[in-house]
Amino acid sequence: MERILICVALMALVTYLPRVLPVTLFRRPIRSRFIRSFLDYTPYAVLGALTFPDVFGSTGHLYSAVGGTLAAIWLGYRGKGLLAVAVAAIAAVYVLELIGGAL
Amino acid sequence: MDRRQAFAEGIRAGIPIGLGYLPVAFTFGFLAVSGGLPVWIAALISLTNLTSAGQFAGTNLILAGAGYFEVALTTLVINLRYMLMSLSLSQRLERTAGTAARMALAFGITDETFVVSSLRPGVLKAPYLIGLMVMPILGWNAGTLLGGCAYALIPEALQSAMGIGLYAMFIALIIPAARQSGAVCSVIAVAVATVCLLKYLPVFSFISSGFRIIIATVAASAFGAWRFPKEDEPQPAAEAREGADAAQTARQEPQAALRESKEKEENGWNGF
Repeated sequence: MERILICVALMALVTYLPRVLPVTLFRRPIRSRFIRSFLDYTPYAVLGALTFPDVFGSTGHLYSAVGGTLAAIWLGYRGKGLLAVAVAAIAAVYVLELIGGAL
Repeated sequence: MDRRQAFAEGIRAGIPIGLGYLPVAFTFGFLAVSGGLPVWIAALISLTNLTSAGQFAGTNLILAGAGYFEVALTTLVINLRYMLMSLSLSQRLERTAGTAARMALAFGITDETFVVSSLRPGVLKAPYLIGLMVMPILGWNAGTLLGGCAYALIPEALQSAMGIGLYAMFIALIIPAARQSGAVCSVIAVAVATVCLLKYLPVFSFISSGFRIIIATVAASAFGAWRFPKEDEPQPAAEAREGADAAQTARQEPQAALRESKEKEENGWNGF
């Protein structure tokens, strides 16, 4: 149990440090147009890299993951909110797995 | 806009994120408890970490009996992307924000709160960012507790279906922006292509998944900044606040607010 608690404390530390250091220490505005553009694009790049291709391995089977992904892309394209898209993708995967299991 | 209003607005903006975290945290609580951790440890991890990928990976390693160094380094690598986000926020944050406020709001930086706040036009107020983390923290911890307590009751098909929840949220965050901007679309394409290259080319198999994300993020953002640099316009409010006198700031404020409400209507963040 002690090992686990130490691990949890370490995880908390190395999660907080990258969050807190730049925003507390780095207060001057950045002039460089390149760096400002770079930082503007960062969230999309992170989320894209986090999502693809790992989303296709996020469920029991590839076909259900692809179905859920398509559902999410379609609803996202139509501007639906985060929760609506997440619920729809989970529902799509659930239904596809049910169908796949029955076949 | 006064500080209390900014705080309330942050809380409102955080509601969809908090709700979106429920299923993901539920999955985490479920996995952690089914892996052998007590519910309270799973809850403690969520309370102190407030991150998805990092704590999933760290918990996996704890369950696998890994050493302290391995747990710390893996979690750190996965979380290094927060440095970019924190740096980016430091550019948009009101310059008067004190160290204590910065230390508090830093705890709430996640992929989702970062995207939501960075897509908000104008200068970011510290109370807004602190308000923004309230619902995500509640959702994340409530979801973990529920998942940890209820894991025995969930049918297996639904458990496996919930794995896609987090990714679906990511998709909901990037697709509308990609639809509006060809530049954003290209950046996402480059990021995904890079991550696929690193993942599937055997030459790069020594690179861990956390580093893959970092490398792809840096490569794609640099590509975007090189091919599609932003206009010099985007930080008018920040510029004004920085150098100039209060009068100038006050003059620009209504304009910024107008633009803000207009843009909020256009992109559907509060849209459900």
